[in-house]
Amino acid sequence: MNPSTPLLVLAVAAAVGAVLLNLLLRKQSRGMLLVSAVGAVSGAVGAAAFMVPLNFCTFEAERDPVDFWFGIGLSAIGILAVTGLASWVLNSILQRRRLFEVQSSPGAFRGSGLAFLFLAPTLIILVLFLYYPFIDTFRLATLLARLGIPRTAFVCVDNFTRLVSNNDYLQVLGNTIWQSIAIVGFSIGLALLIALAAYQPVKGARIYRALLIWPYAISPVVAGIIFLILFNPTGGIINYALQSAFNFSIPWLNNPSAAPWAVIIVSVWKSLGFNILFYIAGLQNVPKDLLEAAAIDGANIFQRFFRITVPMLSPITFFLIITNTTYAFFDTFGTIDTLTGGGPLRSTASMMYSVYEVGIQNNDLGKAAAQSIVLFIFVIGLTIVQFRTAGQRVNYGA
Amino acid sequence: MSAATTDISMDAERAATGWRRLVPTRWIAHLALIVSCAIIAFPLFYAVIVATQTNSEVYSYQFTPGTAFSDNWNIVMNLNKIGGYMVNSVLVALAVTTGKVILSLLSGLAFVYFRFPGKWIVFGFVLLTLMMPTEILVIALFRFVSSIGLSNSYGALILPFLASATGTFLFRQHFMNIPAELSEAAQLDGANPWQFLFKVLVPMSWNTIAALAVIQFIYVWNFYLWPALIMQGPERQVIQVGLRTLVAGDTALRFGPMMMGAVIASIPPLIVFLLLQKQFMSGFALARDK
Repeated sequence: MNPSTPLLVLAVAAAVGAVLLNLLLRKQSRGMLLVSAVGAVSGAVGAAAFMVPLNFCTFEAERDPVDFWFGIGLSAIGILAVTGLASWVLNSILQRRRLFEVQSSPGAFRGSGLAFLFLAPTLIILVLFLYYPFIDTFRLATLLARLGIPRTAFVCVDNFTRLVSNNDYLQVLGNTIWQSIAIVGFSIGLALLIALAAYQPVKGARIYRALLIWPYAISPVVAGIIFLILFNPTGGIINYALQSAFNFSIPWLNNPSAAPWAVIIVSVWKSLGFNILFYIAGLQNVPKDLLEAAAIDGANIFQRFFRITVPMLSPITFFLIITNTTYAFFDTFGTIDTLTGGGPLRSTASMMYSVYEVGIQNNDLGKAAAQSIVLFIFVIGLTIVQFRTAGQRVNYGA
Repeated sequence: MSAATTDISMDAERAATGWRRLVPTRWIAHLALIVSCAIIAFPLFYAVIVATQTNSEVYSYQFTPGTAFSDNWNIVMNLNKIGGYMVNSVLVALAVTTGKVILSLLSGLAFVYFRFPGKWIVFGFVLLTLMMPTEILVIALFRFVSSIGLSNSYGALILPFLASATGTFLFRQHFMNIPAELSEAAQLDGANPWQFLFKVLVPMSWNTIAALAVIQFIYVWNFYLWPALIMQGPERQVIQVGLRTLVAGDTALRFGPMMMGAVIASIPPLIVFLLLQKQFMSGFALARDK
């Protein structure tokens, strides 16, 4: 590699950081020189955070253009993250907010050493079994590594750039997204319809609650096994019923366009009762006088539903979307593994299933780690949505 | 009463009958609930029936108990040794649940009843792990746990899951709603934090403890991918992976034993869940109101 490449990259990153921080802090009238200097340092640090571990390999002349742009993207993320953090810290300092203040808390015991003693077991386990593997996932993603073989080879960002050019993985990505949308949409939509018919306080609510929610306790694997028999082409009761009633049957597990629906049906079955219960609770909290007042003002049934009920339910809907999406992304693994094994023709292979196939079955840890990181990006997205909507809840004042 | 108010109240009444159409009548509510419960119950009901049947009875679609209960029991328990997997799962689920509750109580205590510098940074450090589900770490965790020689031991199934951001958060939230006077009084009486935790906080926290315990028990009971990777032999394997021995094989599927295994594997979490469902719902409500 040309020895000046790292310097060039860091210099550009520093310039971008300086401009960015000035933009972020333009409302602060304090010295532009200071802001620019901090921005330059954080820009360089941000780019270096990704590029030093990668040894600036994406900018080597013999790499593919894809790698180059991937490197630019990574540097940009690093610059944004560190500069954003710097802007927040600088803002806090300028506004004389103390970051390390020991807050007064009434009823506190004396001795902060004891607090760390109580926290120690939790922190040690989090560092060893969550933070370390988390960081190691990023390191693994740059390697060609196999289980049981201590030697590894550095492959730069190939594990990522090959994902983009890999039709198979794009199919997996598409599967996961549309099947998750179908699971979440059907489960939440059906639950809302049923809850609308059933939310009136009735006798035996406790019994109904128990009878609705128990599939939550059934494991995805057991759900897969039970439906393996219900969907079975020769002895399956579902096709028997379809055949008797409508004189046709569906090759649930053998047809690439039917198999995803088998997985979707199982997943909806498992989460439906949970969603119904939350919607019933939510509908019972919609103030009746509000609906009555709207009726007096001449709002028809649809207007009342879409203008009052739906907005009042939106916190619960957001909560259910988050929990159901997490479920569709991760917990369907057990169902897929027992019901379809990702097939036929990989029509039911989800991103999680692909990590397992690549990492464990094909023993390619680096590629599996890279796919895990793609999953992590979805987790970040979900978390951001979650925090956004958690803030919105307050404004509704419900 | 003036004519005007009568008018308005009549209007309201008319509107009320109109909007009642939006509110389901009682029998519609019962009907919708019964139909939903029946559809949701059918797969498990049918699984219980099939668990007692031979394959040929399954093929004739009978909804009555079959003749193969003891045969299927024999296959599941003696041939595939599902009992051993069940014991392992109970052990692991109880260990993780208990450990998680205790560690979460301790960290909740530290965050609410102690002052120390950088508290919110430490709290952020704990909360950040909510964004690191085990599923995305599984490859690196596998390498790490194997490298410290824990693979194939109960430790591999228990240790990584003892700490919990959710649990810490749940207890922190719960403790913050307890009046500070209580800990002041306890300190005046000369209680140390340890005594305060077990004599005062724990007795006030049973609902939160139960909520965390039921969620965690089911979470651990359903472990599948991780034990499938890290446990090689059948001796310490958990039930979800053990069930694979009933499905796998080159021979045709034996429906009865499969269903019996599935039903047996579901009994412990269903019992825990049905006993603690109220706490489960409130636990979810708590976690939602962060």
